[in-house]
Amino acid sequence: MIPEQVANLIGKAQAPVIYEVERGAIKKYADAIADRNPLYWDEEHARNSRYGSIIAPPGFAGWPTQWTGAMPFLPSGGLRGTVLETMAKLGYPRVLDGGVEFEFILPVRADDILVGVTKVIDIYERESKGAKMFLSVFETTFTNQNGAVAFKIQQTLICR
Amino acid sequence: MSQQLYWEDVDVSSEVTPLPRIATTQMLVKWAGASGDFNPLHYEDTFASKQGVGKPIVHGALKRAWLVSLMTNWIGDNGTLKKLSCQYRGMDWPRMMKSLYEPEDGDTWWCKGKVTNKYVKDGEHYVECEIWVENAKGEKTTPGNATAVLLSRG
Repeated sequence: MIPEQVANLIGKAQAPVIYEVERGAIKKYADAIADRNPLYWDEEHARNSRYGSIIAPPGFAGWPTQWTGAMPFLPSGGLRGTVLETMAKLGYPRVLDGGVEFEFILPVRADDILVGVTKVIDIYERESKGAKMFLSVFETTFTNQNGAVAFKIQQTLICR
Repeated sequence: MSQQLYWEDVDVSSEVTPLPRIATTQMLVKWAGASGDFNPLHYEDTFASKQGVGKPIVHGALKRAWLVSLMTNWIGDNGTLKKLSCQYRGMDWPRMMKSLYEPEDGDTWWCKGKVTNKYVKDGEHYVECEIWVENAKGEKTTPGNATAVLLSRG
């Protein structure tokens, strides 16, 4: 049985966050990963492609890619912060990023405005080498200005 | 851009065209700014040392972004990436910079992959791949999976 404080977190959602997909942010991101794909920065190439305009690298929904408590315009660490605080109080203060899973549904284009909604979809316990750990699975769904889901991310955080 | 890849040219166990990447301290600074991940673990020696990782380490999400590039470069402009997942299993440390433009000599990372399945569903031509980032020691620090739809000659 997982503790009640933890069980109560499952299903919790964060207030929607708006992501503006700016050209400059796309270029900066492509530069940072050393990806020379002209779909991300060459207007003419992108116009003549099947996309018809500059697109974002899959997985990029605008800046920042992860809201943290280090950003003054976010009131707190958000949902992620709430989960991590709860885990720390229970004696699991060390956090590891367990990995991610993307599902890409539609291209994200420059000038898109996406709304990201993050939910805790599961928390479960696991034992490794006699030590208990909690795995929290967050899912973020990004919906574009046309009301269509563009992509989804599932992220697993491990608290030990 | 790379040449267009066709579904008919790919078989189970075909190689995804490998993509080399060099993590540098400069790249980590760029990634911090471009992604918004300002965890000092990735730029401050003392902090990283206190966290028990020695020197600042490469962001897991940066390696994940390399894997996206691996797939999009291989499938070409007319291929569509549908799914990608990865796990952060091992840590990597960036090269220092020799000059504004050039890194010191050191490790190169290779993003690699292999086709594990191909099929047609609802008229679309799919491939599934096992993908990973491999360090200079040959360790897969970031293994994962990807699914893409390729262009067909059919």
